[in-house]
Amino acid sequence: MELFNPNSNIDFMRWRKVSLVVSCILMLAAAAIIFGRGLNYGLDFTGGTLVEVTYERGVDVGEVRSALASGGFDNAVVQTYGGTNDFAIRIANEEHGVATPAPAEASVPAASAGEEGSQAADRVAKRVVAALQAQRPDAKATRSSFVGPQIGEELRSDGLIAVIFVIAGISIYLWIRFEWRFAVSAVASEIHDTLLTVAAFALTGREFDLPALAAVLSVVGYSINDKIVVFDRVREIFRSSRKGEPSEILNRSINSTMSRTIMTGVTTALAVGTLYFLGGPALENFGLIMLIGIFIGILSSIFFANPVLLLLGVSKQDLMPVTKDDPELARRP
Amino acid sequence: MNDYPRWKHALVLLVTLLGLLYALPTLYPKQPAVQVLSNKSSIVVDEALKEKALQALQTRKIEFESVEVKDQRLLALFPNTDTQLAAASALREDLGDGYTTALNLASTVPAWLRAIGANSMPLGLDLQGGVQFLMQVDQKSVVDMQEQRYVDDIRGLMRERGVRNASVNRTPQGIVVQTKGTEDRDALAAAINRDLATELLVTDGTVVGDQATLNVSVRPERLRQIADSTIKQNVGTLRNRINALGVAEPVIQQQGSSRIVVELPGLQDTAEAKRLLGAQATLEYRAVDEGANAIEAERTGVVPPDSRLYHWKDGRPAVLKKKVIVTGNELVDAMSQAAPEDGSPAVSVTLNEAGARKMLDFTTQNVGKGMAVVFVERTPEVKIVDGKEVRSAKITEEVINLATIRGVFSKKFQTTGLESMQAASDLALLLRAGAFAAPVDIVEERVIGSSLGADNIRKGVMAVIVGLLLVITFVAIYYKLFGLIADLALMMNLVLLVAILSIFQATLTLPGIAGIVLTLGMAIDANVLICERIREELRNGSTPFASIRAGYEKAWATILDANVTHLIAAVALMAFGSGPIKGFAITLTIGILTSMFTSVTGTHSLVTLIFGRSTKLKALPV
Repeated sequence: MELFNPNSNIDFMRWRKVSLVVSCILMLAAAAIIFGRGLNYGLDFTGGTLVEVTYERGVDVGEVRSALASGGFDNAVVQTYGGTNDFAIRIANEEHGVATPAPAEASVPAASAGEEGSQAADRVAKRVVAALQAQRPDAKATRSSFVGPQIGEELRSDGLIAVIFVIAGISIYLWIRFEWRFAVSAVASEIHDTLLTVAAFALTGREFDLPALAAVLSVVGYSINDKIVVFDRVREIFRSSRKGEPSEILNRSINSTMSRTIMTGVTTALAVGTLYFLGGPALENFGLIMLIGIFIGILSSIFFANPVLLLLGVSKQDLMPVTKDDPELARRP
Repeated sequence: MNDYPRWKHALVLLVTLLGLLYALPTLYPKQPAVQVLSNKSSIVVDEALKEKALQALQTRKIEFESVEVKDQRLLALFPNTDTQLAAASALREDLGDGYTTALNLASTVPAWLRAIGANSMPLGLDLQGGVQFLMQVDQKSVVDMQEQRYVDDIRGLMRERGVRNASVNRTPQGIVVQTKGTEDRDALAAAINRDLATELLVTDGTVVGDQATLNVSVRPERLRQIADSTIKQNVGTLRNRINALGVAEPVIQQQGSSRIVVELPGLQDTAEAKRLLGAQATLEYRAVDEGANAIEAERTGVVPPDSRLYHWKDGRPAVLKKKVIVTGNELVDAMSQAAPEDGSPAVSVTLNEAGARKMLDFTTQNVGKGMAVVFVERTPEVKIVDGKEVRSAKITEEVINLATIRGVFSKKFQTTGLESMQAASDLALLLRAGAFAAPVDIVEERVIGSSLGADNIRKGVMAVIVGLLLVITFVAIYYKLFGLIADLALMMNLVLLVAILSIFQATLTLPGIAGIVLTLGMAIDANVLICERIREELRNGSTPFASIRAGYEKAWATILDANVTHLIAAVALMAFGSGPIKGFAITLTIGILTSMFTSVTGTHSLVTLIFGRSTKLKALPV
């Protein structure tokens, strides 16, 4: 069985100018979406209180909101998990002061300030449940989280450092194993893929949480695999063929690795697709980002990474294994 | 084909067997259980308690599987979490105050597997429910306290040297000393360098008129040491308190330089946990009332008016004076060491100037008498009375040491006669815990319901199975027999991954499951590369044997490059990610490594075994 005709010789490089221009436009658009519209950061990054509640019998979102409003949480964000029984309620950190009446000071001399902060957060979770139960006694909290403001900030900077470290590490490796043009092309593709994936995710309006960050980094890992397989073939064909136009060699490389590209794409998509469809709300984001990323990664290997390689002027001479000039040999007749 | 080395076959076989063995415990589900421990050494867990527990369960008609007493612990197993929760509250009610009752997940792994170190993976909180706190230790306050201590020390040196008209102040830049004239300054600098050279750094400052300045700062290595011991000691204190909570298998870990993660599986009520974690400890040095007989006082309840009855942890009584000699606030350091005289275990204690003076006054009059250390812990409590929150504190006092005063001392002294080095370091830890407990702040808190945990694990396992089946079917259809071989390798990869995670006792979390699924999807890539190469070689007219060899050889470079770069990404995640991301990165990293072995070496072995003997191979089922 074959998904792709092994003898095909599609001239992908003929469209390289068009595809490069399209890719660049898409990158700009993606950057505009991410930095203009902004990501809907999850609790992990923003800090605040999250309470997940479940009702025994279905309930209307409006009803939940009104119950919260009557409990003093006017700015609470209520989301449903598809059904009418499970809801996630988010309350920003700043609201603690507003929503919580000043605690009645009692006999104990003031505890440390931090302890009070966390108790306030704890009380927020309790008050949310109380407010909901006042209206509907069958409401029950399944999970509650409180994330302090400094944690979120750290995560965002750590996430950025991780992405930069990955891209730098990969390019250094490629520089050593291949050549600088390959490293540059791979890094450009990684930036391209990351931007497009995150932007596509931002358009869904979903919450960008920790698993989503992990997924973005996994997309980088997946897409670099894809590029390397093609690059490896490019190097091999360049070394083995006597002559040959770079664009023709790139075409041959893409064509001969196409079966593998599709095949691995399908198996990985099958695996992460089950996460999206069966993994439950906690893994949905991870699965979705991976699915988007696999698709973008495959396309960018063909229409972005290789055209960039050609643009940088890859040639046979640059890829020949370094042969040491032996002065002994040169002197011999 | 026959040149495939035999040792590789043997290696594949060995790794497969070991993998299966160590992955086996995962098939044994953990069972909901309740454990009961005694919280006083005077109360024992015995058959009588078992009878009482059985009665408690039977009168309430709570279904259970077994109740047994072993190693001073009562363990009851239940068919599900509902009965477990009901039983826990029933036991807590009926058994009374002398015991701590905690939820637990009991391992059902057979003893022979546990004997070889094969255990199932511990489950993360997101898979079994519980409470997680991330606590921030306020290092700054401890550093402040130490700086204040050095200010006191420098004042002491001034008095000693007869330096007059000088001032010592703490500024944001460190400690600034101003003296009249450079002569006093130099004398003081020399004194500091003599006594505190390892802890303080002294530099000469400006001279304006007759005012000379000396800049003193705490050495960076000393600061690091303070920060390090602060967090270690906080972890220790938290561990002690959580043990009192009776949670089974709590996790208390240092994270970074100033944070502590506390995970309490099975717990659902954060109030109780927070109450304990928020306790504040302090110390009191008190004189022993030599006139009173402690045992007599305990029996009759009669204590002299200026004294009080205290107890050791194990219940022994002691009668101590009400007047406090020195409190924990005046203690600046406590270290366990071997006594310089005879090498016996000892704790050396350093007091600040105020404490030293009081200690000097006391010891000059009381040589030969006893002095005790009392550890005081104040646990905040919130009770609802008439619908209003009433805050109060529960105070527990415990004698931790009692020693005879051998001579007159003030600033530095040591406590000897301790049973062992362990006892000495325990005492030093308690002294430090009571003296400078840094304020701890909860910066993150998560509560995961136990039913949500069960739901997560069901969905996670479902995703792994369905994902695996889909990939396996697809690969088998596409690559026929070679596909089936790759499938075997993939399943082997899953087994190895689980085995290695189990051996290292890595905690399985939901993101960890995502890592496993992703590994399964991507591990097949190596086989795809190999099979595609073999197909290409066949198309180019090579013989089947040559195609197989060339396929493996040529694909190897690509597989290596692809996996190394993927590994770079996974390791970066591991280094920078925290908590859930780390779990994902660990599974991904191990998965990449195991997949290189199974999909290259593993399949090569199988292919050699299947096709290596047939001499008339015409076509390959690829």
